Amino acid sequence: MLVKRNVVTLLMVAALASFTALPATAQERIPVVATFSILGDLVSRVGGDRIDLTTLVGPDGDGHVYSPTPADARRVAEARLVVTNGLEFEGWIDRLIASSGTDAKVIAASDSIAAIAEEEDEDDDTGHDHGHAKGHSHGHSHGHDRKDAHNHSHDHAQGRDHAGHEHGEFDPHAWQDVDNVKAYVANIRDALVEIDPEGAEAYAENAEGYLAELADLEKDIEAAVASIPEDRRKVITTHDAFAYFSRAYGLEFIAPQGVSTESEASARDVGEIIRQIRELGVRAVFVENISDPRLIERISAETGAQVGGTLYSDALSPPEGPAGTYIEMMRHNIRVLSEALAS
Amino acid sequence: MYELLIAPFVEFEFMRRALIGAAALALGAGPVGVFLMLRRMSLTGDAMAHAILPGAAVGFLIAGLSLPAMTIGGLVAGVIVAVLSGLVTRFTALKEDASLAAFYLLSLALGVTIVSMRGSNIDLMHVLFGTVLALDDGALLLITSITSITLLTLALLYRPLVLECVDPVFLRSVSRSGTPVHLIFLALVVLNLVGGFHALGTLLAVGLMMLPAAASRFWSADITMMTVAATGIGMASGALGLLLSYHAELPAGPAIILVAGFAYLGSLFLGREGGLLWLVLPGRHLEA
Repeated sequence: MLVKRNVVTLLMVAALASFTALPATAQERIPVVATFSILGDLVSRVGGDRIDLTTLVGPDGDGHVYSPTPADARRVAEARLVVTNGLEFEGWIDRLIASSGTDAKVIAASDSIAAIAEEEDEDDDTGHDHGHAKGHSHGHSHGHDRKDAHNHSHDHAQGRDHAGHEHGEFDPHAWQDVDNVKAYVANIRDALVEIDPEGAEAYAENAEGYLAELADLEKDIEAAVASIPEDRRKVITTHDAFAYFSRAYGLEFIAPQGVSTESEASARDVGEIIRQIRELGVRAVFVENISDPRLIERISAETGAQVGGTLYSDALSPPEGPAGTYIEMMRHNIRVLSEALAS
Repeated sequence: MYELLIAPFVEFEFMRRALIGAAALALGAGPVGVFLMLRRMSLTGDAMAHAILPGAAVGFLIAGLSLPAMTIGGLVAGVIVAVLSGLVTRFTALKEDASLAAFYLLSLALGVTIVSMRGSNIDLMHVLFGTVLALDDGALLLITSITSITLLTLALLYRPLVLECVDPVFLRSVSRSGTPVHLIFLALVVLNLVGGFHALGTLLAVGLMMLPAAASRFWSADITMMTVAATGIGMASGALGLLLSYHAELPAGPAIILVAGFAYLGSLFLGREGGLLWLVLPGRHLEA
């Protein structure tokens, strides 16, 4: 408990510190680990100069399946905050955290968003309509103390032998809905404030600025989708990571593979997708940065649908690429989508 | 019946391409596999298949999933490993199988490392397992050219090859063609594996070479008949494997090799030449 006078002194010191002692705080930047590139971008936007960020899976890398290196374990051990996506996107992270012996705070950025349930049956003939409201309200189950949330996901990992090779019951690609990313940003901000209360103001300011950018982004995406004729809002893409995008903005994404990138497409899958393109009159086929481009080109050659370009779903491109940050990624995707579908 | 066997190929071009690719592979790899088997080099084929990986990986590193880059890389790496293991065998105390094992483990580790340097694990899966469903014109042309070269070369070298299988000492006494024939044959092995690699990936490319060959041994003791049987079994495996992949929703490459594997197991039990079933039944024809 602080006496009033102490508070005043503290405030004065803080005010003074903001003028004179900034380099000192800058030296002791808080080590933070983010699991993959998109999350890394969000964390760096909120953390700014106050944190020393390490992203484990870099640009163009696949966060689903990743073999952590000893250097990763060291960074996790040294970190004070580990930001994961959650929803069992990074099946390998629990083991990494456990084996590194870190006492860092671990958060799932997707905490408290409305997650979409994973589709068990990929075999419906009508195509994979992800637009329907399958979203479970995930909020209350994860609304409790974050420490608990972490333990909870731990139990999960132990319960399944193939942690890292399977997804859980929810689709983890929640960042494809800008609304969810606002929740991500809030979660990241709260976690940073908790481990570094002195920076609370800076984090809040950073988050606020970023949230405003996200709001602009959301408006632009909605406007772009609105300009595409309704019967053309169908897209074929290799990787089924756009369920959240689909739910939020009303484009239909059809994929030859399941949500995870591991299962190899069977002849039946490819046949189905070609049939779907023909029957539904899909006009655009997209290659993603992390799935087999040869397969998608074959499909497009067979159906006459246009190969539209590259959509980024699970990973950012390198900084000089078209999707170096989360916002650039979303803008790139919507631009490519509307060019292919509106033409 | 039509729905089951023909319709998928009629409806989809990618199925036809995969069928032609698999059939062409079987046509070239079957006879090569028979000769490998008869010369007790079955595991050499396996080792060579792994040896291709780092070369293909370097191609991948430079140009991504590009057909020419990965082909050239694979060829170069395969030849290097074949020559190196031959040299080690010739000039050191190590036997050929041991040196091949050493080189193939080295290549496998190197290949996986190189692919991981640039791409994700998914790219690695594409390289290791290939995409028989995504054969474009270039890949088909490559595979069919390799098959043509293989068949022509085998026709030219048939006599010395057979001789070297059954009586290498005699071949050495009448001709000096043994060594060059052996080298050309190894080159054919590498060529066919590189072709198979595009369709089935490095791990399974050797499957269409060795499994039909091993199965054919149970149906005939005659080399010519064996090559015919191996080719037939390989082609049938390709077609049935694709249908299996289509109807049962299995990955196409593994499905093809699985069918070939079952053909081998079936032959092992039922084959006329030393099949287990005939060993169990009393052999009346052996009575005096």
